[in-house]
Amino acid sequence: MSLENKVALVTGASRGIGKAIAQQLVQQGATVIGTSTSDKGAAAISDYLGDKGKGIALNVTDADSVQETVKSLEKEFGSIDILVNNAGITRDNLMMRMKNDEWNSVIDTNLTAIFRVCKAVVRGMMKRRNGRIINISSVVGTTGNPGQVNYCAAKAGLVGFSKSLAKEVAARGITVNCVAPGFIDTDMTKALTEEQKESIFANIPAARLGKPDEIASAVTFLASDGAAYITGETIHVNGGMAMV
Amino acid sequence: MSTIEERVKKIIIEQLGVKEEEVKPEASFENDLGADSLDTVELVMALEEEFETEIPDEEAEKIKTVQAAIDYVNNHSDD
Repeated sequence: MSLENKVALVTGASRGIGKAIAQQLVQQGATVIGTSTSDKGAAAISDYLGDKGKGIALNVTDADSVQETVKSLEKEFGSIDILVNNAGITRDNLMMRMKNDEWNSVIDTNLTAIFRVCKAVVRGMMKRRNGRIINISSVVGTTGNPGQVNYCAAKAGLVGFSKSLAKEVAARGITVNCVAPGFIDTDMTKALTEEQKESIFANIPAARLGKPDEIASAVTFLASDGAAYITGETIHVNGGMAMV
Repeated sequence: MSTIEERVKKIIIEQLGVKEEEVKPEASFENDLGADSLDTVELVMALEEEFETEIPDEEAEKIKTVQAAIDYVNNHSDD
């Protein structure tokens, strides 16, 4: 599953699942550019990547800066072969209490940003007749989750996005897939209360949280040459919590 | 140095895999030259590269024939 000579862009790579993905791609030989919203996050990414890539600050909700950043990265590193859209946020609230801002920011960062980044990156992939796009969805995009109408709508939305883009670009050697994590041990799930965790565990046959590395290995597989005939697909990695 | 018209036609021939005699000025990429919508997008990308310019989406959508492509480049080219 060698990714030698491949260039990968991973959004939201400073911690959690994104960090694990960036590290596994590097292990397979890829050069990885990881993004973070802050300079501090970018520096942390550069630190753990060492000479195998670098961290950059990027606000994925700013269309112009996404375009410019991708252009300058392609000048520096060559065309991007692998794009992992991982950056995401939560702003949980019951629908009846949800503010417009909570809705809009989650849709913008978790869904519209994927459109922006893909648009900037697909061009080079089309020219080379090769590319891998992996979007990080979520089990709750399929099952629903109270308190997360915004997050679930975005995560389900990007499955439809991925299937449509997959059909558009399949003939150009580009695959577009999703990986849908279940409950993974990250800062995002640390925010859950004990009560929430207990009720979640009761529904996970594996009876534990997943590890970021267990998401990263699915992503790394989809990024490999061996996965060339898989497109428009969603791989669920959730310890049996939802079998779709 | 080839003329703009010759360069545009060469790109169309390469991108769409058509014969030179098919590339008439009035020929439509999709109706006459067998291009699908994505081929047309790629054709515009190739024109952008050849002529080192950026064609905005709203202009790109109007480039549907050989002549339209030649006209666009003629009107937006320094050389």
